Amino acid sequence: MDLYQQNILDYYRHPRCNQKITEANYSAEVSNPLCGDRIEIYLQTSGDKIKQAVWQGEGCVLSLAAADMLAEYLQNKSLTAIDTIDKDWIIKTLGVNPSPSRLKCALLPLEALKKSLANN
Amino acid sequence: MKYQLGKTLKEEFPIFIHHRDLVFLDNAASCQKPKVVLEAMDKLYRTSYANVHRGVYSISEAATNMYEESRVGVAKFINAKTEAEVIFTRNATEALNVAAFSVAELLQPGDEVLLTQLEHHASLVPWQMAAKKHQLKLNFIPVNSEGRLELENIDKIITPRTKVLAITAMSNVTGTVTELDVLIPKAKAAGAIVIIDAAQAVQHLPLDVQALGCDLLAFSGHKIFGPSGVGVLWGKLDLLQKLEPFEYGGSMISEVSYATASFAEPPAKFEAGTPPIAEVIGLGAAIKFVQEIGSEAILEYENDLTAYGLEQLKKVPGLRLIGPADQHLRGPVFAFVMEGVHPHDIASILDGVGVAVRAGHHCAMPLHKRFGIPATTRASFTIYNSEEDVGALVAGLNKARQLLVM
Repeated sequence: MDLYQQNILDYYRHPRCNQKITEANYSAEVSNPLCGDRIEIYLQTSGDKIKQAVWQGEGCVLSLAAADMLAEYLQNKSLTAIDTIDKDWIIKTLGVNPSPSRLKCALLPLEALKKSLANN
Repeated sequence: MKYQLGKTLKEEFPIFIHHRDLVFLDNAASCQKPKVVLEAMDKLYRTSYANVHRGVYSISEAATNMYEESRVGVAKFINAKTEAEVIFTRNATEALNVAAFSVAELLQPGDEVLLTQLEHHASLVPWQMAAKKHQLKLNFIPVNSEGRLELENIDKIITPRTKVLAITAMSNVTGTVTELDVLIPKAKAAGAIVIIDAAQAVQHLPLDVQALGCDLLAFSGHKIFGPSGVGVLWGKLDLLQKLEPFEYGGSMISEVSYATASFAEPPAKFEAGTPPIAEVIGLGAAIKFVQEIGSEAILEYENDLTAYGLEQLKKVPGLRLIGPADQHLRGPVFAFVMEGVHPHDIASILDGVGVAVRAGHHCAMPLHKRFGIPATTRASFTIYNSEEDVGALVAGLNKARQLLVM
């Protein structure tokens, strides 16, 4: 399957949530030294509610598009909604099923998100 | 010539019958196998398979003969003085581990081991461990921005304290061919033991261990069109006699009591346990195949292909090639970065058009750090590749650019 579907390229070219916020309650950075990918996730919350979710970083199309889709989904969700996000959610949202070696790229932002909760 | 290099040669490799349009450019990681190799291994299993060096029955003797014929073949291929100098290992990594482990046992605390900044993890990490265990000092011949060794201060770097020079003959990242003709005589004059990592070179360059003047040399079978699971460690016989075995067990002993054991002479001393029998025989067939083509013919063909590859890749906008610009200083291994396109995306987009390349650090993380890049895409060519394959690569790269460079 062609990984470079229009929707993925659209999130890669025109990210909606690619910024940094200073007033984040939750944040984490993960990197993959094998390819140099690095994703930071920031959440600003009010009680259980995610008011803003953003990300920054460098990486391949899959990791960056997945980061942006993930952050976009999280806006105004409750923190508990994060528990329901897993590998399958990422694959479904991307709309492609990457090979095991590329799936690692796509899962990097989710790893950062889970780490941000653990960090807090 | 029995074989014609380039596209025609693909007919000898069944994988290209199965995948007609495959453009395989990951030969620095592992090469495809010609049918003569598959047939030799298949024939062994069908007609003469038994453990070697054990049975007095006829098929065991037949298998042993085939196994030992491979050893003679390897010895001739690298111009060893005797086949007793050829040890079969699992791969080049194991051969380099044996070399580092066993040579380090001869060293004293404070002795210096000289490596280069080009070294692959297999030539580097065993020495890091040996240095820790024996309190050795590791020094490095630096690499310049073009991926060539900096030899201006070499006479200050190689000193009587240098007890080992462990060096690659060709980089698996930059394709750089190292100046063994300069470095080996200097290291030998200083009294050092010289270990050559020929894992990449074996596929591309003629190797003559006597002309090189080294003490140990390692390569894998799978990078010279043989099967995976077998490698070679060649060593000068008198050195092999002095070295400690790396593994202990059956086949490598002379006499064993419950309390103690004495060891067999090389090469058996370094081949504990049942060896990779079919793989050794497959490697023998692979080496025969390469000899029928001829190292000089390979060198000439690949030189032209390297020049063409360099010329074509230079035309791709935003592409930065790592490694020497002169084709005579390098082999057909091209690692590169492309502005605005991640190596993983390049590899995936190329895969989509049937071109197989590698993305990552190619087991050379410190070298990538030296060049200030986390990862590269690497396209590595060999004897069955042609200018047409360079064209497919370049077309794929342009597609990646169109898709992802904004």
